[in-house]
Amino acid sequence: MNVRTLEKLNKQFGSSVLESSEFRGELTVVVPADKIVEVCRFLKEDPDLRFDLLADLFGLDMYTPVKRFGVVYNLYSLKNHHRIRIKTFVEENHPHVQTVTGVWSTANWHERETFDMFGIIFDGHPDLRRIYMPDEFEHHPLRKDFPLMGIPGSLYLPKK
Amino acid sequence: MEERSPGMGLEKALGDSLMLTKLEDAINWCRKNSLFPMPMGISCCAIEMMAFAGPRFDSSRFGSEVFRFSPRQADVMIVAGTTTYKMARVVRKIYDQMPDPKWVIAMGACTSSGGMYRTYSVVQGIDQFLPVDLYVAGCPPRPDNLLHALMTLQQKIQRRESKGSTLGLVGEFPHHKPKSPIVA
Repeated sequence: MNVRTLEKLNKQFGSSVLESSEFRGELTVVVPADKIVEVCRFLKEDPDLRFDLLADLFGLDMYTPVKRFGVVYNLYSLKNHHRIRIKTFVEENHPHVQTVTGVWSTANWHERETFDMFGIIFDGHPDLRRIYMPDEFEHHPLRKDFPLMGIPGSLYLPKK
Repeated sequence: MEERSPGMGLEKALGDSLMLTKLEDAINWCRKNSLFPMPMGISCCAIEMMAFAGPRFDSSRFGSEVFRFSPRQADVMIVAGTTTYKMARVVRKIYDQMPDPKWVIAMGACTSSGGMYRTYSVVQGIDQFLPVDLYVAGCPPRPDNLLHALMTLQQKIQRRESKGSTLGLVGEFPHHKPKSPIVA
């Protein structure tokens, strides 16, 4: 199944599939950020593959000078009982990824969470607000340069 | 109450038909035996708090008859669970809506000190934004432990102690000076 999925992706997108690896039967594919919606839509709508469930979507902070932030998409095919992992990476000074809410509407809250925690901006998202932290909070807590105990004074606390 | 009786000899003269005390002691005696809790159940401690109120442990035996889900009808707020910064403003707002005199029990490790959540999002002890009368140890505390806290609070009330109340209707609350005294 992994071989078939990879063949189909290569045939459809050619060289835009940057990298792929397999670990314990799980296929991981890295694609460029500007191709992510096309790849996702293809994987969902191809009659043979049918990755129709977005099991998870989350961010990564690699803390590297280039390609610092990543977004990972865990997909599941109810038809084939098969999983695939899609990754894409963006630069620190331009953390923009196209939204996949048009493909799976469950991505809405996942992308809001990723925006809240990592500051990755999902272009075209219908309602990109913070989901956990208060609206007026200015930082992104799961970034590696954010201190564990937070930044004093950055969160409002009522007076005693 | 019996120890605080001024004892002018009237009791001896009149027997059981008369009991002398100070008005504030009598009122505090009423207060301590009718403590309606406001259940601020934020996380897992709330499960033990429910057992505390349920038939097995039965807090009604100690006058804490019934949980009041409106802060307007509550006397003591039991903050049970991990309080995040985002939730702190809600907890404070509900506390502010409670009528005086009022008390706060911080139930469990998270509420008292942040507990195992030593992280940016959790308030490291609700005494940073609330006047806490009692801290209950445990993660979560057993219902017996919360009952003990309730009984300890009753002793404090009889001693006229309250960390947070701004006004004692009758009698003084030593930790606070009333902003404007109520004229009875």
